[in-house]
Amino acid sequence: MNISRDEIIHISKLARLNLTGEEIEKYTKDLEDIIGFANTINGVDTENIDESITATEQSNVFRKDEVKEFDDKEALLSNAPSMEGRNVPPSKCFIIGR
Amino acid sequence: MELYELTVHELQEKLDKKEINSQDIVKSYINRIDEKELEINAFITTRKEAALNETMQKENAIPIGIKDNICTKGIKTTCASKMLENFVSPYDATVMENLNNDSIILGKLNMDEFAMGAATEYSAFKKTRNPWNLNKVPGGSSGGSAAAVAANMVPWALGSDTGGSIRQPASFCGVVGLKPTYGLVSRYGLVAFASSLDQIGPITKDVTDCAILLNKIAGTDEKDSTSSNIEKRDYTKAIGKSIKDLKIGLPKEYFGEGINEEVKKAILDVAKKYEQMGAIVEECSLETTDYALATYYIIACAEASSNLGRFDGIRYGYRSSNFNNLKEIYSKSRSEGFGPEVKRRIILGTYVLSSGYYDAYYKKAQKVRTLVKQDFKRLFEKYDVLLTPTSPTVAFDIGTKSNNPLEMYLADICTVSVNIAGVPAISLPATINSEGMPIGFQLIGNHFAEETLFSAAYAFEQENKFREKYKPEFKK
Amino acid sequence: MSREDYEVVMGLEIHAELSTKTKIFCSCPTDFGGEPNTHCCPVCMAMPGALPVLNEKVVEYAVKAGLAMNCEIAENCKNDRKNYFYPDLPKSYQISQFDKPLCNHGYVEIDTKDGKKKIRILRIHIEEDAGKLNHDEYGRGSFVDLNRAGVPLIEIVSEPDIRGPEEADAYFKKIKSILEYIEVSDCKMQEGSLRADVNVSVRKKGDPKLGTRTEMKNMNSFRAIQNAVNYEAQRQIEVIESGGKVEQETLRWDELQGKTFSMRDKEDAQDYRYFPEPDLGMIHISKEYIENVKKTLPELPESRKKRYIEEYKLPEYDANILTSSKYFSNLFEGAVEKCGSAKAVSNWIMSDITGYLNENEIEPEKIPFTAENLAELITLIDKGTISSSIAKKVLPEMFEGEEKSPREIIEKNGWVQISDEGAIKEVVAKVLEANPQSIIDYKAGKDRALGFLVGQAMKETKGKANPGMLNKMFLEELNK
Repeated sequence: MNISRDEIIHISKLARLNLTGEEIEKYTKDLEDIIGFANTINGVDTENIDESITATEQSNVFRKDEVKEFDDKEALLSNAPSMEGRNVPPSKCFIIGR
Repeated sequence: MELYELTVHELQEKLDKKEINSQDIVKSYINRIDEKELEINAFITTRKEAALNETMQKENAIPIGIKDNICTKGIKTTCASKMLENFVSPYDATVMENLNNDSIILGKLNMDEFAMGAATEYSAFKKTRNPWNLNKVPGGSSGGSAAAVAANMVPWALGSDTGGSIRQPASFCGVVGLKPTYGLVSRYGLVAFASSLDQIGPITKDVTDCAILLNKIAGTDEKDSTSSNIEKRDYTKAIGKSIKDLKIGLPKEYFGEGINEEVKKAILDVAKKYEQMGAIVEECSLETTDYALATYYIIACAEASSNLGRFDGIRYGYRSSNFNNLKEIYSKSRSEGFGPEVKRRIILGTYVLSSGYYDAYYKKAQKVRTLVKQDFKRLFEKYDVLLTPTSPTVAFDIGTKSNNPLEMYLADICTVSVNIAGVPAISLPATINSEGMPIGFQLIGNHFAEETLFSAAYAFEQENKFREKYKPEFKK
Repeated sequence: MSREDYEVVMGLEIHAELSTKTKIFCSCPTDFGGEPNTHCCPVCMAMPGALPVLNEKVVEYAVKAGLAMNCEIAENCKNDRKNYFYPDLPKSYQISQFDKPLCNHGYVEIDTKDGKKKIRILRIHIEEDAGKLNHDEYGRGSFVDLNRAGVPLIEIVSEPDIRGPEEADAYFKKIKSILEYIEVSDCKMQEGSLRADVNVSVRKKGDPKLGTRTEMKNMNSFRAIQNAVNYEAQRQIEVIESGGKVEQETLRWDELQGKTFSMRDKEDAQDYRYFPEPDLGMIHISKEYIENVKKTLPELPESRKKRYIEEYKLPEYDANILTSSKYFSNLFEGAVEKCGSAKAVSNWIMSDITGYLNENEIEPEKIPFTAENLAELITLIDKGTISSSIAKKVLPEMFEGEEKSPREIIEKNGWVQISDEGAIKEVVAKVLEANPQSIIDYKAGKDRALGFLVGQAMKETKGKANPGMLNKMFLEELNK
């Protein structure tokens, strides 16, 4: 299986990963091995076979349209990296960059 | 005998008779942690003081260890990743809510980063060692959970299993581990690796404890759309049931090339023992086994690539300190926050979903998945359980395998089909090999046939008496 | 070649926020506004481990919209993940529907200058809205507010059946009106709860092949769509006429500059990597379910229109305008029920009320008074309590003032019509005395002079005199 460096660079951009040259080399090779192996499924006859679309057999799992507020809203914000030591309005927003 | 050596059902008896209280148990375990943790490295977070404090309110509670990818409100949940090194979940996973009243969390346990790995060597923080031999891996990804139970540092633990991550470390560490039927245990609060494959399950000292812990965590959850609505059962009732005329299939694909000879022999001995106990054992064939691994890695990585998109450095988690624009917040935070195996799987998963490859890989794999399900269905029309090795080998030396990812992936051959089909499977120790390392075997059941697994596993456990014969030696 | 030689081909993807109480996959409220990140929970904030559960009302509302737009409702459908990174999308994927949407193959009818036209609807699917990314004007950074993240949307995708900006306008208004009638969306365009992505291409008239299209995202006013399409069509024609090729791309319409701009990030092409959402099961819609939803559908505009023409004998044009908005239609029906005069109610809505709305750029849903108020106004005219010229002064009061009851308004302002014979006589005498020339004119056969005199008398009484009585008395005096 041939996978090009450029393809790995393209894929890493899609995945928002910033790879070093070394990583690109390594992952290109790894992916060639793994995809080469994954190609074994191409030999399986799947004509007239439906895909398994969902993991569960259950359908129509619905929720009622009733408001339930989450009880600890402070905790939802407390892990935000940008809020440490910064106090610029609006303070309850996640802050990105400068 | 120390309290930490007892199983939970033995502790429970003493609690019921008021011979001891939770404080005695927690103290005993804290002493044991102090004694062994430096060697084993099973914990990412310990909460000795907090656990002791909780004994005041919860006099009859049993301590527990939790794999660090299960959200615990107010306690760090790191997924063994730099990405979540300081993350404190704002909510409790549903399993934690189920456990809260009669459990005390002793700590959060080490694992492969985001549950991706089979040796706990991909933890961003530490390598956990196998209590039977400190130079060996405990397996993974729930290596911390299995090692902590084997080393008596927790009486029992929760792990998660996406392709064998409960069963394989249980097998490597000589303990019992169950991957429940998909949907039996809520996934709400389990940090997702592969949503259609992940299940939380117990890792315990024996089969009875396994049934007790499953009783506590199983059940419908309105917060998890994939949780099943089957009625609640008491799994301990399956303990001690006769296995006479139980039909056991031995899928020949699990005894071929690549399976270590000692392992193979041990499992065939287990089969013989079952026959002696009155079960009917027959060779059978699970033809899709050869394709299961490729199918598994395609589906698991595809889902993972999407599930791990939320780690972007904005609302929580690691954020790179040197970025010039929005795109760099993402790419730098993610590149610096994720370890090499996680990145590898994200790349693989992104690749198989990307334009031009979707049909050939992801869609094809979902079709093969249907075939795997059909294959199991066909066998369960004939057999009650299937008997296989849990892993092709026993625990290997630390640092010997992780450089070759494909070779690492191939070692999951015995466990992944179960997740693809969504059926339950239990791993329990059979014996030890010539080096003194445990060999585990796996019993696979039909959907929601956990009771059959417990009956079969318990019967063997009583006959085999592994825990009485062998103990981890902390060999250096 | 000129613009007349080209045909502008358009398709619209309309996003409408559904007016459910809670978000699509969690129980947080959907209320607009609020302090940032307060209508949030682990699910809509994409905390690790949180899982979605579908709101049943979302399915119901989407099916309702599908039925109202003549769609086939899918027996089986599913949710899919659309993967892309953006700070307002906390999971880094949007749960949407890819190849199995809830509704397929519908249509709506619009009126064009050449008569009725069917615009086909390709599909309607359900999905979640994103949050908001606000850029700080002082350069302190960008701020993410996830209150809106997870608010349910339906996306209504038309076939490329729309020709030119007028049809686009009629289609968009038609969709808005249907959504309002069936009460699944409040369609508040300023708040962004109704917006459209507009695809535009041009081709030479008679050419069967579609041209390359460009897409303009998130248009949220009728006027912007008109202007943008006009601009973009002209731009494309100029590109083609100068021998160039239109590139398929996403554009941003800048209303202030009146121009479209390329949004394309050349560095990486989009690849959404859609795949079935593994956290959710399939959706099965039974025939019985569809029948039950059908029962909840109110009478739709087409049917109302027919009824207005037949039952109230209104001209088709009037019936069209009255049913163009649920708010007009309900106002009309409510007022007719109270005062009994369909023609009068229709005239008020068609002329004075519409005029006021247009002049002040107000949407029909913002009409602040009730059908009862309007009926009362008409009854007051009928009874002669006020003149219609006074009534024209009452209407703005009803829009602007605290008091909405016409009776109270005229009382408060002392606008009750003068119908006292003695008082009218006095005014008539006074006006005749002041305008001798008009008397001469009238006698010379200039009928217009009568109108002038009545007008003067109205002026004198500040419009309060009963015009019928004035007319009568002037005639009596003049013909003496």
